[in-house]
Amino acid sequence: MNSSLLQSIVDYVQSYLSSNQTPGVAGNWFWATVYVLLVFAGVSVGVICMNWLERKILAHMQVRLGPMRVGPHGLLQPIADALKLLLKEDIIPAEADALVFWIAPFIVDLAAFTVFIVVPFGPAHAVTDMNIGILFMLGVSSLSVLGIVTAGWASNSHYPLIGALRSSAQMVSYEVAMGLAVVSAIMMTSLSAEGGTLSMIGIVQRQQEQQVWFVFKFFPLGLVAFAIFAIAMIAETNRAPFDLPEAESELTAGFHTEYSGFRWSLFFLAEYAAMMAVSSIAVTLWLGGWLRPFPNALHGATWDLIFSFFPGLTFLFLGGLCFFNASRMPKHPFFKIQTMGLAAFGAVLGLIGLVLFVPGIRERVQDIFWFTAKVAAFMYLYIWYRGTFPRYRFDQLMKVGWKVLLPTGLALLILTAVVAMRTEVWAEVVVPMWLGFADLLRRIF
Amino acid sequence: MNPLVANPPVATPFFFYLLSGIMIIGGILVITRKNAVHSAIALITALLAQAGLYLMLYAPFVAGVQIILYAGGIMVLFLFVIMLISIERTMKERQFNKQWLVGIAAAAALGGLFISVYAKGKSLFPEGHPLYPEAQNTQAIGALLFDSRTGMYMFAFEIASLLLLVAIIGAVVMAKKRI
Amino acid sequence: MDAMLHISTLHYLVLGAALFLLGVIGVLTRRNVVIVLMSIELILNAVNLNLVALSRYWQGMPARLGGGAQALHGQVFAIFVITDAAAEAAVGLGILIAFFRNKETVNVDEVNLLKW
Repeated sequence: MNSSLLQSIVDYVQSYLSSNQTPGVAGNWFWATVYVLLVFAGVSVGVICMNWLERKILAHMQVRLGPMRVGPHGLLQPIADALKLLLKEDIIPAEADALVFWIAPFIVDLAAFTVFIVVPFGPAHAVTDMNIGILFMLGVSSLSVLGIVTAGWASNSHYPLIGALRSSAQMVSYEVAMGLAVVSAIMMTSLSAEGGTLSMIGIVQRQQEQQVWFVFKFFPLGLVAFAIFAIAMIAETNRAPFDLPEAESELTAGFHTEYSGFRWSLFFLAEYAAMMAVSSIAVTLWLGGWLRPFPNALHGATWDLIFSFFPGLTFLFLGGLCFFNASRMPKHPFFKIQTMGLAAFGAVLGLIGLVLFVPGIRERVQDIFWFTAKVAAFMYLYIWYRGTFPRYRFDQLMKVGWKVLLPTGLALLILTAVVAMRTEVWAEVVVPMWLGFADLLRRIF
Repeated sequence: MNPLVANPPVATPFFFYLLSGIMIIGGILVITRKNAVHSAIALITALLAQAGLYLMLYAPFVAGVQIILYAGGIMVLFLFVIMLISIERTMKERQFNKQWLVGIAAAAALGGLFISVYAKGKSLFPEGHPLYPEAQNTQAIGALLFDSRTGMYMFAFEIASLLLLVAIIGAVVMAKKRI
Repeated sequence: MDAMLHISTLHYLVLGAALFLLGVIGVLTRRNVVIVLMSIELILNAVNLNLVALSRYWQGMPARLGGGAQALHGQVFAIFVITDAAAEAAVGLGILIAFFRNKETVNVDEVNLLKW
């Protein structure tokens, strides 16, 4: 190969590394492709982890063991499931509308995965940074309802159709409350010196600039907006306790009753990817995105160093957990391979942890680690809700959406606007009130 | 290239012809399919392609509104209604009404008018307009809509909200079984 | 060839005109009310495309004619048209449901009585 051509390619690839922008903004196609592939792989791995974690955590909540047979503690269960689903026959019902039936899972998957191109894993760790980032995320994630509706209709069967009707009514209703909550957060970004923004990266930078996560901004207001979003996003992803479109006891499996094998697994993938996508919206808007805890109160080189150890420590902890459990495995020779496998898995996790301590890598993965950790907390909440809350009835669901969340969201929007117009009143009246309240609590206890 | 824009658009003709091809094919499918759901899916595809064209025209905010409102809102409403009314019977019926000849003729006349206008007015659109950074697009639209000095569309915005209120009440009155 | 490859405002206008015509044909010839309503959406979208393309064109005009970076009137109008489309779809589909409930049909040419 021509050496100057090779050199120019290498220069093109390296030119991005020195810039402090996302590859989309820098216009570097190579790194944009790499980022897209990385995000896709990361989300897929996340879905696999969620599959195992959900079954394990739900099982432990219900005092069961959960998957234990395939691999140590069922660690290989998701892979076995995926293999099973891929090998299963792909049945298209005779009465179904074959073309729409075929397209529907892809619509859902496209909508669920496309939103990740604007998710900011770090100040430069996103595929691209759009001027309309949050609008794009809300819009594209709302497209998944089209896939669900067409899937339910194309099955040409009663349960899927009712599931699809429920799903469309539910998602359209909760989108309104969701939008109101998002607008109140956007309004808070406009208090910065640079003015408001809709860009996902810009929103996190505004939080850094204002030195507060938007959950804690204007104390009860940000929290209420966050709560509205947190409720609406569960309804939006059709998860318990709002999983009426796929309620097992009423509708068999809702809109994907007639789906099997590979197509069903696409729905599964899309559901979990969508959960991660809306969680990352919540993290970006209210929980400071990639920012580590207390970036202002605990600043300085020492604190930076301490916090940069967290990713490595987390992996070391997970590896240690594996070793601990390997030592607790039954000593029967039948479990020999499983014990060795678990120990090897622990060793791999520990090695990853050690790699994350290397100075060059340590600083780079920090943002990604904190963002992922916050999203992971939301994913745990999803499982927790599913384990604890009973399912809503459909009229109750509509009542919550239209009669509770929507009026609250409207009042919140007006209040946020008023407070944002008169920040000095807030600083003089409400902040001292909260401080006095805190003082009172301190005196009592 | 204009220094205002960090990233000049790449392969504009390719994307234009791709998206407009999708839109034209989608539009043809909308008016020819027997099944209303197929029409709706074709229309959604065309609408999304149009959002892409808005991005090419440096109108990201309109593109976002197009995706959220049209593809995510209005078309879901259409699909919802199509499912509420049974369509098995309508699919077996005649699809085009008796005035299809008149319709085609009217459309042809209108098309001729368009062609003549474009043929005459080709010199009306000289090229070489400067590019503006899309980073300010949303703010500029917001200023036109809401700003106390430059907001010349504030009244129209309020009227639009009133229109939506009327539409909500109208839709409820129409669709309710007993009032 | 150069005129084909250099995308100008006129290209967008031609595309808009084509979509408009498709919508008009749909409205005039189809019997199914749902598809007629969808054709109306097509017409509104053609108008929107023209508005946004012309707004882009106007941005390139000299400032004394009202051009410049802030001249986004076409885009604002497009947003109003989308609002209108939402209202029209809601009322139209509401009427459609009431009609279907009374006459068990969704065909336009059977709506020939001025009462029911």
